[in-house]
Amino acid sequence: MIQQIAFIATLAAAVYFISRRVSGIRKNIGLGKNTFRTDQPQVRLRNMMLVAFGQKKMFKKFIPAILHLFIYVGFVVINLEVLEFVIDGLAGTHRIFAPYLGGFYGVLMNIFEFLAVAVLLSCVFFLIRRNILKVKRFWMYEMTKWPRLDANIILFTEIVLMLAILTMNATDQILQQSDPHYAATGKLYFSSMLMPIFDSLPVSTLLFIERFAWWFHIIGILAFAVYVTYSKHLHIFLAFPNTYFAKIEPKGHMNNMPVVTNEVKMMLGLQDATAAPPAEPGRFGAKDINDLPSTSLMGAYSCTECGRCTAECPANLTGKKLSPRKIMMDTRDRMEDVRKSLDKGGPGLQDGKTLLNDYITKEEINACTSCNACVEACPVLINPLEIILELRRYVSMEESGAPSSWNSMYQNIETNFAPWKFSPSDRFNWSKD
Amino acid sequence: MNVPTLAEMTSRGETPEVVFWVGCAGSFDDRYKRVTRSFVSILNAVGIKFAVLGTEETCTGDPARRAGNELLFQMQAMNNIQVLNGYGVKKIVTACPHCFNTLKNEYPELGGNYEVIHHSVFLQQLIESGQIKMTEGGSFKGKKITYHDSCFLGRANNIYEAPRAVLEALDADLVEMKRCRTTGLCCGAGGAQMFKEPEAGRKDINVERTEEALGTGATTIAVACPFCMTMMSDGVKNKEREAEVKVKDIAELIAEAQGLR
Repeated sequence: MIQQIAFIATLAAAVYFISRRVSGIRKNIGLGKNTFRTDQPQVRLRNMMLVAFGQKKMFKKFIPAILHLFIYVGFVVINLEVLEFVIDGLAGTHRIFAPYLGGFYGVLMNIFEFLAVAVLLSCVFFLIRRNILKVKRFWMYEMTKWPRLDANIILFTEIVLMLAILTMNATDQILQQSDPHYAATGKLYFSSMLMPIFDSLPVSTLLFIERFAWWFHIIGILAFAVYVTYSKHLHIFLAFPNTYFAKIEPKGHMNNMPVVTNEVKMMLGLQDATAAPPAEPGRFGAKDINDLPSTSLMGAYSCTECGRCTAECPANLTGKKLSPRKIMMDTRDRMEDVRKSLDKGGPGLQDGKTLLNDYITKEEINACTSCNACVEACPVLINPLEIILELRRYVSMEESGAPSSWNSMYQNIETNFAPWKFSPSDRFNWSKD
Repeated sequence: MNVPTLAEMTSRGETPEVVFWVGCAGSFDDRYKRVTRSFVSILNAVGIKFAVLGTEETCTGDPARRAGNELLFQMQAMNNIQVLNGYGVKKIVTACPHCFNTLKNEYPELGGNYEVIHHSVFLQQLIESGQIKMTEGGSFKGKKITYHDSCFLGRANNIYEAPRAVLEALDADLVEMKRCRTTGLCCGAGGAQMFKEPEAGRKDINVERTEEALGTGATTIAVACPFCMTMMSDGVKNKEREAEVKVKDIAELIAEAQGLR
């Protein structure tokens, strides 16, 4: 009974913390301009199934893709077991599904254990790749202390959680021999290998270890679920909506600005008189997170900082300051800072800082070649280019702060109708040479 | 050279099969004017009824839009759309991937709806339909050619195979760089970088890319974009290899193989 009350209290605390965080993240994403489009649902669903569910883009790099697949499948499948944990915890039962499933229960448990071992080994490999082999993209300059620690915490936690499952199952199997409360599971292949460690212990110690591992695993999972909402690991959920709402036009397409279209039509006398007067344009382009499309903001929360974008970026490869991953991390950091301020009753967006200048510099956005390598590289269809181009729009249109050679290029287009200084009347001379 | 303008053709009461959008580089850049003339010589040889806008053509606005000046982009776009729609243009071919991308993907939202084809796809179609006949064992037989993907053709519009199909018709030895197709490295000129100095860094992007192209041992670097042409040519000069390595547009290579110009 005490165990059941403790369990309910733990579960309630986790639900409270997670829902508070989720609501904060939702509000942050809602700060942006609503760009959640649901047209062409078949195409969007297909993208989500292939890219998020099917991990299609991960398989450009085969070895990390396989290891990642183990962790992903392990996460999804082992969570089925968590369902049993929750029911057992609430009802005070033990392995409630075992009597109903009979021999099949043991098969399921063996599958879970296989995945637990696969997850464990994959996480060890990933820790080695990060910290010993030092794969370059995990050590670039935007990968400061916290992002590196975040990644290691995630991998370490997953290893410990898997060890808890195996310990629990090992002691459980020994207890099955004497205690009828412990339903028979049949032989569990991986955890039975651990049985010799516990075999000689007295029953009371075994009971303690089994209970401890059970509690450790379920509290661990709930605590991890809370942690995920503060971490780059949020991609496990947001990859799905992010791929669903991702841009479906060809990558070369740049979002139109209808406000400007209205203005241009009026300037050219093309606006029909019956058209409604254009709405107040607000800000051209983006200076801060509230000027960005909400899909870009969701992208920032979906980013797991893998750095495939930055590793492909021609500007970054040749030593420029631009890193598409940093663009996403900065956008997220800005949202988090604004939320922290608002939660404390502070000024939020009006704290005197802005995404452009205080987080992302002009030098970074000016280095972009809009080559779409970052967009192509992202395994969950995040689009850093969209943010860069919106920031550039602000700089050009609100500040007239573009690099001077771009201002000359603008001037050439305005006066000569070409980006270079040639007379428009010479445009057809090539045919006469 | 026989280059009819749309104005002349319309005044004769004729309609072209396709309008050739030359682009600013194709009109003004000395190197790329040669590509323009090569492409026209192919169109004339095949007997395509085409027309150009001549002095009625203006910048599509692409560099302005990518640099951030949406107002200027839309002014350009609206003016061009008025001209194109005024002539009732249906089909456009262009040798510039930036013009191609803008005309195809960005003009429809502003009222300009056309069938837009890049010259790589157009040439591929002419070869496949047999209108361009390639003779086996031509002057390119066995020569090593590497193709540099244009970002605005490749990743931006998923056109990877057409330019390669054109090069394969040359019976040449097509060698790929390690970074090709979806992972092709940019030449460094996109996103209006063509019109400014690069930001501070270790290296220029075009030099990085040229080194990779030279690493294949190819004697011809094939391109399908005026900006790539400039960047790769500069890269080859930077490496002092211009005597033995040529940067050529796919249209020039076809025109050469056909003995045109």
